[in-house]
Amino acid sequence: MTTFLVGLVIILVVIIVARIMRILELTEELCPQDDAQEQQKENNWNAKILLAFLVLMFSYVAYESFNYIKFLLPVSASKEGVISDKMLWINFGVIGIVFVFTQILLFWFGYSYVYKKGKKAFFFTHNNKLEFYWTLIPTIVLLGLIGYGLKVWNDIMLKPAPDNAKVIEIYARQFDFTARYAGNDNKLGYAYYKLIDGTNRLGVDATDVTSHDDILSTELHLPVNQPILLKMRSQDVIHSAYLPEFRVQMNNVPGMTTQFCFTPTITTEEMQKITKNPKFEYIMICNKICGAAHFTMKMHVVVETPEQYNEWLSKQQTFIASMTK
Amino acid sequence: MNPHQDATSGHEHDHNDQEVNHWSEAWWKHHGTHQPHSFWTKYVFSQDHKMISKQFLITAIVMGVVAMSLSTFFRLQLGFPGQSFKILEFFLGKWAPDGVMSPDFYLSAITIHGTIMVFFVLTGGLSGTFSNLLIPLQVGARDMASGFLNMLSYWFFLVSSIIMLLSLFVEGGAASSGWTVYPPLSALPQAISGSGLGMTLWLVSMVLFIVSALLGGINYVTTVFNLRTAGMTMWRLPLTVWSFTVTAILGILSFPVLVGCMLLLIFDRGLGTSFYLSDIYMGGQALHYSGGSPILFQHLFWFLGHPEVYIVLLPALGLTSEVISTNARKPIFGYKAMVYSILCIGFLSFIVWGHHMFITGMSPFLGSVFVFTTLLIAIPSAVKVFAYLATLWKANIQLTPAMLCAIGVVSFFISGGITGLILANSALDINLHDTYFVVAHFHIVMGSSAIFGMFAGVYHWFPKMFGKMMNRKLGYAHFWLTIISVYGVFFPMHLIGLSGVPRRYYNNESFAIFDQLNGVNAVISLFAFLGAIAQFIFIFNFFYSIFRGKKATQNPWKSTTLEWTTPVEAYHGNWTGAIPEVHRWPYDYGKPNGKEEDFIPQTLPLEEGEVDAGGH
Repeated sequence: MTTFLVGLVIILVVIIVARIMRILELTEELCPQDDAQEQQKENNWNAKILLAFLVLMFSYVAYESFNYIKFLLPVSASKEGVISDKMLWINFGVIGIVFVFTQILLFWFGYSYVYKKGKKAFFFTHNNKLEFYWTLIPTIVLLGLIGYGLKVWNDIMLKPAPDNAKVIEIYARQFDFTARYAGNDNKLGYAYYKLIDGTNRLGVDATDVTSHDDILSTELHLPVNQPILLKMRSQDVIHSAYLPEFRVQMNNVPGMTTQFCFTPTITTEEMQKITKNPKFEYIMICNKICGAAHFTMKMHVVVETPEQYNEWLSKQQTFIASMTK
Repeated sequence: MNPHQDATSGHEHDHNDQEVNHWSEAWWKHHGTHQPHSFWTKYVFSQDHKMISKQFLITAIVMGVVAMSLSTFFRLQLGFPGQSFKILEFFLGKWAPDGVMSPDFYLSAITIHGTIMVFFVLTGGLSGTFSNLLIPLQVGARDMASGFLNMLSYWFFLVSSIIMLLSLFVEGGAASSGWTVYPPLSALPQAISGSGLGMTLWLVSMVLFIVSALLGGINYVTTVFNLRTAGMTMWRLPLTVWSFTVTAILGILSFPVLVGCMLLLIFDRGLGTSFYLSDIYMGGQALHYSGGSPILFQHLFWFLGHPEVYIVLLPALGLTSEVISTNARKPIFGYKAMVYSILCIGFLSFIVWGHHMFITGMSPFLGSVFVFTTLLIAIPSAVKVFAYLATLWKANIQLTPAMLCAIGVVSFFISGGITGLILANSALDINLHDTYFVVAHFHIVMGSSAIFGMFAGVYHWFPKMFGKMMNRKLGYAHFWLTIISVYGVFFPMHLIGLSGVPRRYYNNESFAIFDQLNGVNAVISLFAFLGAIAQFIFIFNFFYSIFRGKKATQNPWKSTTLEWTTPVEAYHGNWTGAIPEVHRWPYDYGKPNGKEEDFIPQTLPLEEGEVDAGGH
């Protein structure tokens, strides 16, 4: 019944609008106007709106950005994030200039060269010199951006992890993360998905001695200023371990191991002071659609001093202890 | 118009006759006057490219309304999470208990919204409509090379559209793993409810869609290469035809890869193969799949997926070039540079797909290569933007609704293009990948530009399609409300993305750091509703004008190209007499020749001593 009524109302509204249109058209026909003149009038007020829109758009962009600054991610909590953040703002500078410059030209031309009867446009088909320069300049700027970008990418992703990097596995499944610390030998024990069962959630091979001192945790604790090598695995579908405050992200892909190396530089406590938010906590969130509860998948992350970290770690149970219990 | 036409055309066409007998002038003299009379052959199983283009357009409008409605539904959830809306309960029924959209339906909604918009509206709708309408008319052909394949192309499109819509109503819901349908999520029904029957229908629909796209593409390319009228050299083709041709070639080369990609996924789902699956433990048991790679799927998918971006964008830019030049009453600046840019973009689009995969564990070195090729695409894109600006400089601009939309396309192409520089930079992509920054980027650069290109096309060629004019005032209202809502919706999304908010989240309540963004999300939703309402102005204008619009004149925009030499009433065969001959490039607007008219049709021979400004 409701469906029927709603449908009926919609049809009636369309009919009414169509009738009104018709009436307007008929009244126009009563006092016929020159269509070219009519178009000229419309040109003139559309030209003005083009200009107004330009101002409005820039104001909106500026206003929203200004208001929003306080919501942006705080200063990067990793060494790698600092260099990529710097590049981000340099890139924004470059594209910001292009944005303002080209949009002004576009809307300004639209406004100032509006149709005038009897005038002919400037017949300007091409100009090799002009075209050469506006190909060359973007090319130079882009090569600069590419070179800079590749250098940063190289520093973050291509350099081998330092020898002292602490190895931690991030194991993802629908819908949580588990961290596996490599223990004193800094080597993760072998794991295979067919070994997974109720007690051995990650399928770690207990016959591999390097697995014995591994430590499983549902919280990620990291010592500050210590290179960390995250090894990512997944149990079921693709997930993505994303640590926004550290500018760190890598997919967890079933059937393979991926990795990301970074060095956290700011402890949770220090970050609480920087953000002036005593409740501030680091998080790792899932950033690859992974199922119905994708939007709830996360892990708590704590960055602390080496002393605090060691104290926390010493309280955790090793893998072999948990299996023999 | 051309005094020599009758004398020369017969002779010139001898050469073509041998190649394509079907539409030869001799054939035409014999059969030409036979127009389809029955309702079925004229409107339904039509082989006339003009009718087929209308069929594509109207189907795409229907699909577009569905996709847009889905987006307003999930914007209700995102802007006002957890609030109850009667309208959701009314439209979604069991998927929105008590007026709150369920998380499962949310994922289906974003998936189907993306799929329909990218493939059914901006590929099928855009190329299907305008390549069909304009290629034969602008190159001077009686119809497509094969009217029958062209008809099949539409019918495959229609069937695939219907299957895609039906998938919304099946048990378990429509496909819900995102429009990129990455396995294992899309391969295993136990991973998400939408990966059951809904996903099967999605795959069937997409395979049929690809068949349609290929049949269309082959026809477009063949027609452009073989059926050009006398004098229509490649360097005298309007930029629309250039961009449609390159688009069709991109489709022919990349869509088959997507079929392969989909077939392997179908095998993994149905036959137990392990192309994309390995080492999976789900639902309390270790699955048998072994040795496959989910990353392989991404490589295959994006090998189409990236050219697809340009399959969407190039036709829009082609339409824009034509509309801007005509309404600026000025030749498009740097015609040849434009053509080379289109070719360059087309070529590069095949070697950049890896930029969607920087953080999948793909070799970082390979990532560097993709950074390089991706950023190179910015060069031809910049050339195009500067050429548009130079075209507007010292022009004499008629701000028709089509022209305003074309200006909108350029504005979005700039705004969305420059954020592409950020995302293509792999080191920056680490933090921005899959956040709202990406959503904002591609909705502006490919979504909004392409849809505005389509609007520009509809406003501009409506008289050619239906013999009527659209209402200009409604056009202005539609344009201004839409451009305001596009920037209103998508600009703040960049900021949200910079805060690290992932896309495809049902709500952000699990994360305290995102709590403060609720206000922004509500603002975005309000702009989205404004945009949706504005589209009804367009749809009303469209259908009203078909029946009640002012009758069009033969050449309402004072345009130079061939389509405006055909009669106002659509005629199967396009020209009632001989096909006109072409003597000059398509952009002789405002040429100083001492005459009052500021345009010279392509059919007019060069005067003595006059040089063809196109250079050929």
